[in-house]
Order: sequence, then C-alpha cells, then structure tokens
Amino acid sequence: MNANAAKSNNKVPDRLKKGVRRATFRGVIKNRSLYIMLIPVVLYFIVFHYKPMYGAIIAFKDFKPFLGIGDSPWVGFKHFQQFFESYFFVRILRNTIVISLYQLIFGFPAAIILALLLNELKNQIFKRFVQSISYLPHFISLVVVCGMLIDFLQPDGIINRSLLAIGVIGEPINFMILPEWFRIIFVGSGIWQSVGWSSIIFLAALSGINPSLYEAAAVDGAGRWRQMLSITLPGIMPTIIILLIINIGNFMVVGFDKIILLYNSATYETADVIGSFVFRRGITEANYSFTAAVGLFNSVINFTLLVLVNQLAKKKAESSLW
Amino acid sequence: MTYNKSIGERLFDAFNIVLLVVGSFLFLYPLWFVIVSSVSDAASIASGAVSLWPKGFNLEAYERVFNDSRVWLTYRNTIFYVLAGTLINLVLTTLGAYPLSRRDLYGRNGVMLFIVFTMFFSGGLIPMYLNVRDLGLFDTRWALLLPGAISAYNLIVMRTFFQSTIPDGLIESAKMEGASEYRILWSIVLPLSMPVVAVMTLFYAVYHWNSWFDAMIYLQDRSLHPLQLLLREILVSSQTNDMLGGVGSGDVVGVSETIKYATTVIATLPILVIYPFLQKYFAKGVMLGGVKE
Repeated sequence: MNANAAKSNNKVPDRLKKGVRRATFRGVIKNRSLYIMLIPVVLYFIVFHYKPMYGAIIAFKDFKPFLGIGDSPWVGFKHFQQFFESYFFVRILRNTIVISLYQLIFGFPAAIILALLLNELKNQIFKRFVQSISYLPHFISLVVVCGMLIDFLQPDGIINRSLLAIGVIGEPINFMILPEWFRIIFVGSGIWQSVGWSSIIFLAALSGINPSLYEAAAVDGAGRWRQMLSITLPGIMPTIIILLIINIGNFMVVGFDKIILLYNSATYETADVIGSFVFRRGITEANYSFTAAVGLFNSVINFTLLVLVNQLAKKKAESSLW
Repeated sequence: MTYNKSIGERLFDAFNIVLLVVGSFLFLYPLWFVIVSSVSDAASIASGAVSLWPKGFNLEAYERVFNDSRVWLTYRNTIFYVLAGTLINLVLTTLGAYPLSRRDLYGRNGVMLFIVFTMFFSGGLIPMYLNVRDLGLFDTRWALLLPGAISAYNLIVMRTFFQSTIPDGLIESAKMEGASEYRILWSIVLPLSMPVVAVMTLFYAVYHWNSWFDAMIYLQDRSLHPLQLLLREILVSSQTNDMLGGVGSGDVVGVSETIKYATTVIATLPILVIYPFLQKYFAKGVMLGGVKE
C-alpha cells in the first residue's frame, strides 16, 4: 500500500482507497463478535429512544390511536399555537424556570460549600462520618421522602408543633396547601436529599489539588481564607464548570415525578411545571398530540440551552463537555 | 505546618465542626423520628409526645402492616423487579461497554455519539408512553424491565473503566492464545473490573427498588404493583383504612400515623441495613463517573 501511495503525490489513487476499504472490511470481519455483542444494545436504543423521537411527530398531527402515528392527519403547528396562546403556557413556563433557578442558586453552591467545609476538617474519622450520613438521604425513595414531608408538614405535624412550641408562629400553618410554600418545600427537601451526594465529585476534585501549593502559600503568609480563594477554588473550577454546564443543560427538566407526589389543585399556581402538566393532560386525560407538542417544545429548549452553554464555556473557560 | 494557628483560624475550625454536627443531625433526624414513632403507641403519636425516644413502646403498627396481604405481594414484586431488572441492566450495559472500550473497533465513535445523544435529547414522556403501549408491554412485568434496560450514563462509566484499567496487551495476548471475545470478556475483563461491576449493580438495584412512576403509568393490574406504589397510596394519599380494622374511632388518627411510620421503616430498612457496608462503593461510583476521557 505504501508503494502505491508513493507513486502519485497529487491525488489519492483508487487502488489506495480500495486498500483502505479492504483493511476496514477486514477489521470489521476480525471483530465481528464485538459487533454481535453490540446488536442488542443498539436495538435497545433504537426501540426505546429513537423510535419515541420519531413518535414525537404526533406533535404536528392530530393523533388518533386507531390510525396510528403514520396515518394520523398532519396539522402543522396547531398544537404549539394552542399551547402558546393558552393560560397555562405562562404559568408552567414560569414555574419551571423559577424552581430550576432556585435549585441552581441554592442547591448547586450548597454542594460546593459542603465539600469545602468537609475538606477543612482535620479529623479524618469525623470527616468520613459526616460524609456517610450526608449521602444517606440520596438512597431513600422519592415516595418515602414525599410521604415524610407531607406527614411532618401537616397542621399537627412535628414541624408545626415545634414552631408553635418555640413561639415562632401563633397558629399552625397548613404548608401543603399554601402556594407560597410549595417551591421552598420542593427545593429545600431536594437539597436535603442530594447535597451530600453532589458534594462527592467536588471532594474528589479537592483531593486532586497538590498539597505543596498550600505549603508554599502558608510560607508566603497566606491565611486559610486566602488559600481557599487562591488555591482551592481555582483548583476545582474545571469541575464546577463542567457540572454547571450539565445543570444548565437540564435547566428545563424539573423532577416532575416529585412534583406529582407533592402538589395538589390548591398549589398548581406555583407548583405545576411543564413535566407535571404533560403528565396530567397527556396521560391522565389522554390529550396525546397537544402534550407531545408541549414536551417537544421542552426538549428542544433544553437541547439548545445545552449546546449554547457548552459553546460559551469552550470559549470563555476552555473546558467543555465535548 | 509549623505555624501557630491564629485565633481566627481556631474560631473557623470550631464553627465548622459545630456546623457539620448540626448538619449531620438534620440529615439523620427525620429518619430517626420515623423509626421511634413507628414503635410508639398511637396515643403518644396523636398527642405529639414523641420527639427523641419511643413513648409507650409497642409493635402493634408492624403487626397491622405485616397482616396486610398487599404489603407482602408488592414486596415480592419489588424483589423480582430488582433482581430481574438489575440482571438485564448488567448484561446489556456490559455488552455495550466492552466493545465500545476497544480502540480497534471500527465505527465506535459513531456508536458512542448515537448513545450519548439520547442523554441530551428525548422524544418526551408521551411518545415514550405510547411506544410502550404499542409494543404491547402494558400490564406486563416487562414494562418495568425493558424501557430502562440501559442507562447511557452507566454504560459510559463502565466503558471508561475498561479503557483505563484493562491493558490492550492483555487482550491481544489472549487473542493470540485463541480465546474468543466472549471468553476474554468473561474470564479476563470482568474479573479485573469487579469494582465497576459492584457499583453498577448497586446503582441499578437502588433505582429499581425506588422506582414508582413507570409502574404507575404502565400497570393497571394491582397484582403486578411494586412496593413503592403501595407506599404512595399509604403515605401520600393517606389510604390506611384497609389496615385499621378493629380500631376505635378515637384512635384512628394515631394508629393511622403509626402505620405510616411502620410502612416507611419496612420499605426503607433494606437500604438502611446494607448502606453502611456499601457506601464506599457508592462514592467510588461517582468518582468513576467523574473521570473524563
């Protein structure tokens, strides 16, 4: 092959192309068992991920179950228009954005702060103890967490009793039916459940910082606070940026399964997000095409956000997902 | 360090320790409260007398819960979903991760892109729901086993592990000896990858144990329901009437509460019991995922 290539400098000779193709073919044959292993995997992604992506075209159709996806009539952007003009559009978009924003503003830094505090501990046994306890809530099922929330927050639940006992409130608050409490309860319990688990990755990044940097800084007279700002934070910045990209890429995904467990018609005003709306209107009330359009709108926004943020991070911070 | 700590630093250390002790209390107390309440008597619960220790210790709530046939039925179902589901997850994830970890596999970047894309874009809930219905999986156990058969994220973690720990030379020499790919995977790669296999098993098993949404939308047949769906009825919708047989009307509130607490404990106990032994693997799993290629 090398001899053939040397004969012509200007263009790739056909014989070489053929050679490359033959080598590729031989590689495929040689590794055929590996391709056979991949067949069920690729099939899975086609059937359970790509087929539903094709199925999302019902957003542009009036889906009739007896006609199937292919034969249902096209209606263009009718469902999107109906959604944008509906009262719910502003409500669920606002709730999705506000809850996501709360999670980003309070939840994301909470994990970094916990990791920094743990990192400052000198006693390794105490450190490991606190860490283990902080992961625990991550493994408790959502149903149980929401069951506990509803129980603790009921008018004669432990939280109301405690607040009454110390005199913070005069009479019990029925937290679960008051719209102004929903987001705080949702985001706060989310932080309780995930802060320890999310801090692991930052702790891993912290343990990768070269200890001699701290020694040098101490010799130069830098205190702990100074060291944290000048060494620790820059050291974990790449990790923070990657996770921030992932978080913003998922900005429009609020865990709606938890919303469904916690909300009720009294709190829809602040609780209903895109996901829970799609679930209620789509699956409970069988408005397939309309809610498929709402879901597709959500997916497209998400994907666009991810690409944009990744692009920005690549330019400004030189770290990115791809 | 040979430097004396300043007063500020000592204060910071003390403050930090106090903060983390309070934090640990907040992480644990809700669970502790549920446990002590579940073994207290109904009257103490109704009057709010329980806070740190059980009052009027008794196991009546557990008796009521264990006498309910639905608890046993859904518990059995959940165990089945955890075992069968995790097995399917592990087999398929490995079958994807191993070939894709091989640098000599032609087209592997294309296949990776094909898989990774599904992490960032999806058809949405409704098309997935209709897809499962069209496949005829409604009201079958497959509805909880197949749609989540592979987590793209876990597949990537496993592939990264294979790539970074199994030397290419080892696989080459096994091939020289005439070993098939299946044999290489089973006898060489997997035994060397037990940490990642352990982590995957735990992630998938916990996922199946805690999952409830798919069961709610795909299974009408109550005999197939997992434990979490029953929990939702008892804890979230407060339907404890079936377990309240023979309770005087004055005690209904208290007994109903203790039943909820006991059910919570029974559903969470397996995780709480194995947790101390496994938590180092859980943490390791996140670190593995953090390795960027």
